[in-house]
Amino acid sequence: MGSWRVYPAVAAGGFRRYATYRVATAAGVFTNTVFGLILVYTYLALWEARPGLGGYDQAQAVTYVWLGQALFAMLAVQGGGFEVELMERIRTGEIAVDLYRPVDMQLWWLANDMGRAVFQLLGRGVVPFVLGALLFPSALPAEAAVWAAFLLALLLAMLVSFAIRYLFALSAFWLLDGQGVAQALMVTGLFCSGMTLPLNAFPGSLGEVVQALPWAAQLQVPADVLMGETALLEAYVFQAAWAVALLAAGRLLQSAATRRVVVQGG
Amino acid sequence: MVEGLRAYRMIAGMWIRSTMAYRASFVLTVCGNLMLTGLDFVAILLMFSQVDALGGWTLPEVALLYGLSATSFGIAQLAFGSVGSLGGRVRDGSFDTLLVRPAPVLAQVAADRFALRRLGRGIQGAAVLGWALVATDVDWTVVKVLLVPVTLVCGAVIFGSLFVAGGAFQFLAQDAAEVQNAFTYGGTTLLQYPPTVFGRDLVRGVTFVLPLAFVNWVPAAHLLARPYPLGLPDGAAFAAPLVAVVCAALAGAAWRAGLRSYRSTGS
Repeated sequence: MGSWRVYPAVAAGGFRRYATYRVATAAGVFTNTVFGLILVYTYLALWEARPGLGGYDQAQAVTYVWLGQALFAMLAVQGGGFEVELMERIRTGEIAVDLYRPVDMQLWWLANDMGRAVFQLLGRGVVPFVLGALLFPSALPAEAAVWAAFLLALLLAMLVSFAIRYLFALSAFWLLDGQGVAQALMVTGLFCSGMTLPLNAFPGSLGEVVQALPWAAQLQVPADVLMGETALLEAYVFQAAWAVALLAAGRLLQSAATRRVVVQGG
Repeated sequence: MVEGLRAYRMIAGMWIRSTMAYRASFVLTVCGNLMLTGLDFVAILLMFSQVDALGGWTLPEVALLYGLSATSFGIAQLAFGSVGSLGGRVRDGSFDTLLVRPAPVLAQVAADRFALRRLGRGIQGAAVLGWALVATDVDWTVVKVLLVPVTLVCGAVIFGSLFVAGGAFQFLAQDAAEVQNAFTYGGTTLLQYPPTVFGRDLVRGVTFVLPLAFVNWVPAAHLLARPYPLGLPDGAAFAAPLVAVVCAALAGAAWRAGLRSYRSTGS
């Protein structure tokens, strides 16, 4: 079937769309680097006062910070990926056109968001990460196999990230106004994925809860894979289970939404 | 100046009335804003659940830094936060409309889409500040009591200057709006932690180049009778008004230069 050729084209389009804005990308790199610097110093002080917190040493905590800054835009941790556009299309009613297309809606947006993610990993992620590794102590593996394992963990993290945002975005069919949803995405994304503090440094049972939630698959698990702090199989199973469950939930919600949809603005 | 304030009040009033048309939505977004800005402090609380002191500062002392920084940033962001979206207006050409209106451009840009929901940040910061003032062990004198409101006002002026200077920068680099965030949001995040945490060069930079240290590090050191960062002289805590005036003057000059260099996209 020819329609399978559509998705790579959509992904390439997503990549090119973000690649167009070079100055904005450079500005993003600068901002991520500044925030990385601030976080590195606070983490160094925290790990100075409490060595071995969460099983990390200081170098690992620093690497965690730069990884977080590198993946921040790619994983759309605080939103700002495809879901903004999707919610707007639902609100204005343009979604009706999308439903007519002879393609799968979930796969379409997934391809679109993957294209964006690949660009943002390369365009916004690499520079802060390399700068951080050069300027501060770091805990990076020397073996190529670990980096390959890390890339697979990143792919799974992206799937989970997409699946979460797809669910949030579809809520616009019922809520229409996306502002509250965007806020909820931001709060949960920043807090539960470990952007503010690594999840393994959370105290007690709160730590256990956040490490079991799907957001943990976004930053914490890839970081642990890269720094050899977790068994590979266990990490992949955790990420894949959430990805499958959430993507399936997205599919269910999508069919419920499209059955009841009343197109806006007609 | 008077004209500018009047224009600001009228435009902001208009946006408030428009926001209040959806009262429930407004209340919800303020709550959402409270939660979102509160996350920074939750992160600090989580850190202190693991340690007793960060860079030698205790939780109430760090909360004092946080409260001063977040409250003054909240005031500045409420008043001038909209300047950050100037780049969008330059890009789509709607900035031209502001130039032909009989009111100062800065007042129009600052009051544009005036977002009362940003009160959330200031309220949350003030709550932390209130707790910190009770919980810290300050040897209160009249001077110290007066220093708190003066510091808040000066901090708001310093952050406000950053917003305005960032707006001026967007005349030159329209797509680079995000650079501004590194200084405004990055600045307030930086100030939430004690100066002892950061590298000496970074502290020097935010004291002498971009004088953020006067927003809270220096006055808080005076309140808590701690040594000043970088061994600044005794009077430094009272230099904040002077610093604020210089910042505002520089930001004003930058704004006028930016406005002069403006070229319409013509669309």
